[in-house]
Amino acid sequence: MSASAMAYSDRSGMIGRLGRDGLIQIILIANTFIMLAPIVLMIFSAFKTNTEIFQTPFALPDFTNLSNIAKIWTETNFLRYLINSAIVTGTSLLLILTLGTMAAYAIARYQFTGSGFVLMFFIAGLTLPLKLAIIPLFVLMRDLGVLNTQAALVIIYVAMGLPTTVFIMTGFIRTLPNELEDAARMDGASEARIMWSIMLPLVRPAMVIAGIQNVVPIWNDFFFPLIFIQSDHLKTLPQGLTTFMGEYTTDWGVLFAGLTLSAAPIILIYIILSRQFINGMTAGAVK
Amino acid sequence: MFGSPLTGRRLWIAALIVPPLAFVALFVVYPILSAFAYAFFEWKGLARGEFVWFANFHKVLFQEPYATWTINAFLHNVFVFFALMVLQNGIGFVLAYCLWRELPGARFHRIAVFLPVVLSTIIVGFLFKLFLHPIFGVVNISLRAVGLGGLAMPWLGDDSTALMALIIANAWHMVGFPTLVFLAGMQRIPGEILDAVRMETQSEWVKVSKIVWPLVAPSATVVFTLLFVGAFNWFELPYVMAGLDGSPHGATDVLGLYFYRTAFGNQSGGAQDFGTGSALAVLIFLFIAVVAGFLTMYLRKREIQL
Repeated sequence: MSASAMAYSDRSGMIGRLGRDGLIQIILIANTFIMLAPIVLMIFSAFKTNTEIFQTPFALPDFTNLSNIAKIWTETNFLRYLINSAIVTGTSLLLILTLGTMAAYAIARYQFTGSGFVLMFFIAGLTLPLKLAIIPLFVLMRDLGVLNTQAALVIIYVAMGLPTTVFIMTGFIRTLPNELEDAARMDGASEARIMWSIMLPLVRPAMVIAGIQNVVPIWNDFFFPLIFIQSDHLKTLPQGLTTFMGEYTTDWGVLFAGLTLSAAPIILIYIILSRQFINGMTAGAVK
Repeated sequence: MFGSPLTGRRLWIAALIVPPLAFVALFVVYPILSAFAYAFFEWKGLARGEFVWFANFHKVLFQEPYATWTINAFLHNVFVFFALMVLQNGIGFVLAYCLWRELPGARFHRIAVFLPVVLSTIIVGFLFKLFLHPIFGVVNISLRAVGLGGLAMPWLGDDSTALMALIIANAWHMVGFPTLVFLAGMQRIPGEILDAVRMETQSEWVKVSKIVWPLVAPSATVVFTLLFVGAFNWFELPYVMAGLDGSPHGATDVLGLYFYRTAFGNQSGGAQDFGTGSALAVLIFLFIAVVAGFLTMYLRKREIQL
């Protein structure tokens, strides 16, 4: 190939790449616009009156107009729902991580007969949609006397969260080196001591991943509260949202304020911890 | 404290493994097995009646009006699955490919595409319901503002558009998930392979179809299977946007809504019926398990070991 032909193909390659990169940028910008526009519109509308929402939906609102938000705060049980969600999610997470780490640690660090079977037993729960077992679960919760209590929700979320957590944690704990453990054992440390003081501090990154993977579906869940919780003062945020969306049907500013306030906690945490969220929520799907 | 070292060790392992194992056995395995048993009984409210063999299954599959409801809901689920394959996984693949170039701003775009994924389905459902309101919704307001008022319609109130509107809301909500799973798959393709391809061809299409697509097969296996399970479990979004009856006129009725109505009843008349509901649950469960099993097996086979 002559020098001029080479220069020509280089240049056409560069123009081609510029065109391609331009197209990619256009696709990405258009998509980001589509992703963010509904959320921005929701937040704008939370500060508007009905008339403003219907006549100038895209206009910047007067952000000092907090009357819709005040209405949500004072006239609905929003704060109660928020606290309930925090209690249920926090308790579930604590139990999932405790029980999940216990099982994963035993499977990953000790050889015992049936350990393969135990792992399979947990993993089988990964793919089973627990929603379809809702009738027996309902009967079981009634027999245990926990219907219409937050305990029912915590139980179901722990059951839902354990399989993935055991799966992720076992994989991680297996990769930890044996040397530290062996050295401690030589020094006469008990098994419990080794687990608590030596191994668990090393497991923290996997706990963060498992925690995030569980926190989002639990915080957002609507199906199980719908079945298990009737009392208004026990409702979680997504469930409570359906209650006051039903009450303020004609006051659109208040509706948007309710949606905005409900979305705010998780959006804020996501913006701060986006990388951890993305890693955590795709952890089961990305090997 | 533990007695002999051997039993002490065994005791310790048992202490670690038994509580989580018992929990999963009681609250996952036992309910799922019970669901199968329940389907063979007649139920009066919360009380179990007689053993009725396959009567509940027969009712759901062959007896009117149940048979029509079942097939109507099932076909909607099938449509939802294929539509989301294109709108969610298809677009997700394209977006992943765009993000993979790491052009300026890619980090921001990546955060933006995943943002809706962390929102509750309830929030997304209500938001789109407000946007699609026939008179006050921003979609129709915008159409009228640009002179396309003729296109404005009651999106959620019309049989021909309601299901598609729900599907689009779902795609907006979840597209970030397949995007980032595909992106992770692309980022694992070794640089040497990509360099070799660059020497061979300039064509972007050849690169995508012959190299990238086959090499992200493991990601495809995961997102296809999860979408399949999700599409046939679809409940919360239609519940919020279309109501328990799959309005209008059952145009958005899917198996999840139908199952809930049958099992727990609804205001418009149906009483709770655990027998028929359980039979439905078992059928949905078996369908998902069998098809997802074959799907995973088929998709695994096309994965290439590097």
